[in-house]
Amino acid sequence: MTQVAEETEREAGTEAVVKKFMFVNRKAPHGTIYALEGLEVVLISAAFDQDVSLAFLDDGVYQLLKGQETKSLEVKNFSPTYRALEGYDVEKLYVERESLEARGIREEQLLVPVQVVSAKEMAELMEQQDVIIGF
Amino acid sequence: MKIGLLINEGPYNHQAADTAWHFARAALAKGHQIQRVFFYNDGVNNATKLTEPPQDDRHIVNRWSKLAQEHGTDLVVCVAAGLRRGLVEDNLAPGFRISGLGQLVEAGIESDRLVVFGD
Amino acid sequence: MLHIVNKSPTERSSLSSCLAHARKGSAVILIEDAVYAATRGNAAQAALARAMQEVTVYALGPDLEARGVRASVMDGVQVVDYGGFVDLVAEHRTSQSWL
Repeated sequence: MTQVAEETEREAGTEAVVKKFMFVNRKAPHGTIYALEGLEVVLISAAFDQDVSLAFLDDGVYQLLKGQETKSLEVKNFSPTYRALEGYDVEKLYVERESLEARGIREEQLLVPVQVVSAKEMAELMEQQDVIIGF
Repeated sequence: MKIGLLINEGPYNHQAADTAWHFARAALAKGHQIQRVFFYNDGVNNATKLTEPPQDDRHIVNRWSKLAQEHGTDLVVCVAAGLRRGLVEDNLAPGFRISGLGQLVEAGIESDRLVVFGD
Repeated sequence: MLHIVNKSPTERSSLSSCLAHARKGSAVILIEDAVYAATRGNAAQAALARAMQEVTVYALGPDLEARGVRASVMDGVQVVDYGGFVDLVAEHRTSQSWL
């Protein structure tokens, strides 16, 4: 049987489909809108009872830095929203160790509890997903 | 196979919309179904009927409209991202509809594949 | 998994980040400005050649042609058209765009 046929058969037999969604954040906040609008997708996805996780790597780790003050910029400070994710049952936040190290950031400087993983572990997590959305 | 597309960049500034359109056409030609094309971030600008490129340039908005007309492709513009950028029902090109972000998550659930095109 | 990269390796780090996460047996397709990575003599050539021991690398033909580099593609990189791109998406359970 082809891979396609197998997938169709498997899905037909499932009533409520739960897929593994990973939102991959690789961009810093504020310079572009991707972090903010990406977060909006994450919040909506929580309503669909899917298996949602967030990955932060490369400049995406800057999104989680404590002490973001946007008053002078007159833009929305959405960083507290990461702390609210738990209330939406979005609890899997993976941060890549190599990305933190390359930017001189320590885990205690992050504004929310996360799971720090190696690039190798991150690659494995990515491999397990059904849907990967990166902004 | 059912394929969903997410487009995160506007037309002309980035190649994303072009690549996505060529991809969609090739997928349809191979007998796949484009389950939905979801426009997000500046991607919502793909849907404005006010677009008027020079005569010798491709008309990216009309290409999408034609795709919807010929193949019934569901072209969905995110309402929140659209409002932020002045994209509302009044200036929506034919074939597009405005809806919520849930339509993107739904595309991820219902499609066999979701492909993201952006910057 | 299919990894999709669309940025020139001499402008952004997305290709190196992608290659650091592409596991054995996965595929990488270079599209848009990323096709420059597949050209001979590009700074990314060594990294790409190393990656090709474990992953398959494709480049989108129309993007190579538009940029005048169709003839400069390094050995081992397979050139595909949009239909080939669609096939790669269909063959792999997930795709990830390294935007």
